[in-house]
Amino acid sequence: MILWWQFALLSILKVAVVTVILLTAVAYTVLLERKLVGRIQNRWGPSRVGPFGLLQPLADGIKLFLKEDMIPTGVYKPLYLAAPLIALGCALLSIAVVPFGPSDITWHGAKLFEIADLNIGLLVILGVTSISVYGIALAGWSSNNKYSLLGSLRASAQMISYELALGLSLVGVVLRAQSLSLAEIVKVQSVHGILSWNVFGGGQFLAFFIYLTAAYAETNRAPFDLPEAETELTGGYHTEYSSMKFAMFFMAEYANMITVGCVATLLFLGGWTSPFGDLIPPPQNIIIHAFVPIFWFVAKVFFFLFLYIWVRGTVPRFRYDQLMGYGWKYLVPAAMVNIVGTSLVMAVFP
Amino acid sequence: MHLALFLIFAAFCLAGAINLLLQTHPINSALSLIVVMSSLAVLYLLLGAEFLAAAQIIVYAGAVMVLFTFVVMLLNVGEEEKTHGSKVAKLIGFPAAVVILGVIATIIIEAQKHLGRVALGDQVTTTQDLSRVLFHELLLPFEVTSVLILIAILGAVALARKEGHS
Repeated sequence: MILWWQFALLSILKVAVVTVILLTAVAYTVLLERKLVGRIQNRWGPSRVGPFGLLQPLADGIKLFLKEDMIPTGVYKPLYLAAPLIALGCALLSIAVVPFGPSDITWHGAKLFEIADLNIGLLVILGVTSISVYGIALAGWSSNNKYSLLGSLRASAQMISYELALGLSLVGVVLRAQSLSLAEIVKVQSVHGILSWNVFGGGQFLAFFIYLTAAYAETNRAPFDLPEAETELTGGYHTEYSSMKFAMFFMAEYANMITVGCVATLLFLGGWTSPFGDLIPPPQNIIIHAFVPIFWFVAKVFFFLFLYIWVRGTVPRFRYDQLMGYGWKYLVPAAMVNIVGTSLVMAVFP
Repeated sequence: MHLALFLIFAAFCLAGAINLLLQTHPINSALSLIVVMSSLAVLYLLLGAEFLAAAQIIVYAGAVMVLFTFVVMLLNVGEEEKTHGSKVAKLIGFPAAVVILGVIATIIIEAQKHLGRVALGDQVTTTQDLSRVLFHELLLPFEVTSVLILIAILGAVALARKEGHS
């Protein structure tokens, strides 16, 4: 066991490392998106700043920092200032319960690859998601601008609707793992490599599809980006925001994308486990042994980020009534079918 | 540790509740209510009810209050105005609140005798324990409640439908 001050110090260190890595990943996801969408549209994307445009995120950051921070006169100031903080805070908060690697790699009994190991990790993520609506809703309302208000109304309605399908799609996974702990859910999928992942061997492909679709809607990404549809709403809920406050919304969106990628990896693609299971014997070197799981985890999250950008470059935006109809009439019933099906299978073949 | 956290979040809870009453703008009141709900969730957590705490955040602080703020935003409700009704509300409201508080307190104190009690920092009730109670021992009341809610939803839909429109 470790002393309490060692525990506190280790926790602060873990939080710092995870936050720095997450924010760097956010910056480079933006670059990845611009590059990939560029290639999808047959152009190069950013290529001038640094080799292959690799320093572009740095240039963007400096630009956003140095821009004049304008606060329009008509806004309701307390909420106008709080909204980007809520959005970014919620986006960074949910990564705290994500385990990045196996829980048997410890330092004097303290787990190294997750900030907090909770019995109800999955519910915490759902809770933070449901709170994060306020960032967008309040931003639009306090801006005192019709485009902002319309954007945030759309966002709230969309997020409430799709949260239901999102939550229901996870029930099948929880049923299989018989636990709400994320580490436990991964452990169930680690037995036979790719064959025991929830999305293949677990038979949760319907749930996987529903989760991904609903998560795209929750993060307001294409094809569900109606809250910021620039052709109709200029900028949506962040029309009146500039400089770092705008950047905070932007960072929140990408941090949410990464969290969704992490959660989808944990719930459906076996988390940090290798797709080959025990076919490849575990390496003897302790350092390599610790970092192989991280490699698989990052590779799977990268796959989800790539998918996000690919979908954005391919699928056109929904119409509003299509969006609502799709969520309520198809995704929610499909999620219920999945729950009933999974329960039946579990009851017949225990 | 538990006591300190309890005091902090109980203070948050009360401050939120008082602020809810004092604010004149509906959106500020709604936001104070979110503070109350979230602090309640922390209090549940301190008592070892982790599932209840998560449900409190997801359902109340998340879904229910989002609907409140959504409606406030949709109707663009302005500041509260003083009317004749508010005088009456002040006159009758305080005694009524005291009476309701008294009734609830008596019921809770009465129920403690045969339901048992928890203390701060008690052992955590796991989700499995909770669902075993809910779906084994209390299955019938639980299902009846869900049917009741379904009936309420159907009633609301029937009321909201315009007459002669179909």
